[in-house]
Amino acid sequence: MLMCHVKGCATDNFPLRIEDAELEQVEVEFNEDFMRRMINKIEWGAFVQTAFALGVDQLPATVPENIDTEFLQRIHRVAMETKLKEGKMICNGCKHVYPVTDGIPNMLLQETEV
Amino acid sequence: MKTPSLIHFTEKDYDHVYEPSEDTFLLLDALEEDAGLISELQPTLCLEVGSGSGCVTTFLGFLWPHAYYMASDINPHAAAATKKTGFHNGVPIDPVLSNFATGFGARLHKAVDILIFNPPYVVTPSSEVGSSGIEAAWAGGVDGREVLDQFIPHIEGLLSEKGLFYLVTVKENRPLEIMAHMKEVYGLYSKVVMTRRAGIEGLAIIRFSRVEH
Repeated sequence: MLMCHVKGCATDNFPLRIEDAELEQVEVEFNEDFMRRMINKIEWGAFVQTAFALGVDQLPATVPENIDTEFLQRIHRVAMETKLKEGKMICNGCKHVYPVTDGIPNMLLQETEV
Repeated sequence: MKTPSLIHFTEKDYDHVYEPSEDTFLLLDALEEDAGLISELQPTLCLEVGSGSGCVTTFLGFLWPHAYYMASDINPHAAAATKKTGFHNGVPIDPVLSNFATGFGARLHKAVDILIFNPPYVVTPSSEVGSSGIEAAWAGGVDGREVLDQFIPHIEGLLSEKGLFYLVTVKENRPLEIMAHMKEVYGLYSKVVMTRRAGIEGLAIIRFSRVEH
């Protein structure tokens, strides 16, 4: 999941910057209706920025007006089939590092950070 | 509907991860009972808080495969188990190691179409609450409500307009009081979808929503 998990500070905290990324391609069945609904749940700017930073895809800065099947398949590949297997997600605001291990982001904070 | 296969776990895994039990199965039955409603609402984004073995979200994925499934757990063994169960049953689940949904910050604000929480509801001393080991799966503190009561203020903010929230309770949690509180403070309607007595536990699955179903 290349979208969004954030916690901690008030400014510049989304999207998290990803470093030392090891990506993994998985196969997920494409469902056009679902992708059409899912696009509305995605923070588009952050999604585009992250996909570009990881060298996954260069997507348009805004969602096209007419979304065709081909475009949805492209989003499907990025959002559903490209996984961050290992790496670090770093908050640009507070510099907190959230490690990702075996595909699972660790968003737990120390008690002093909550 | 078939129950998710858990053959990828050994007895040893259940030293660290809550083994699906009566409460889990009642929750599966309640989701199945609501299968019509769920398909009608066409949920896009589903989140299970405290997903444990991953059995429940995987089952939801069987009932309605056209959604993005996220899960959170405070126990690293459970987060890994959730991913594994989804994988072995063909339901992609993205778990996050997190306390409730805090790891998502405001990103999930009014975005969750199906929210599920089977909290640690067992009445225990308060001192047993707050671990990230397997005790976190059941130790509920006073009235078995301490963990649920921490999550309650976040529920309304997570639910989408059409969102459904499924909660497992036992009678010691005083479910009627929870239902009244959710209506009064957050304007959420609720309905008891299913009840069952399992040994000493009087279990109930309650469904909350912004609109009455």
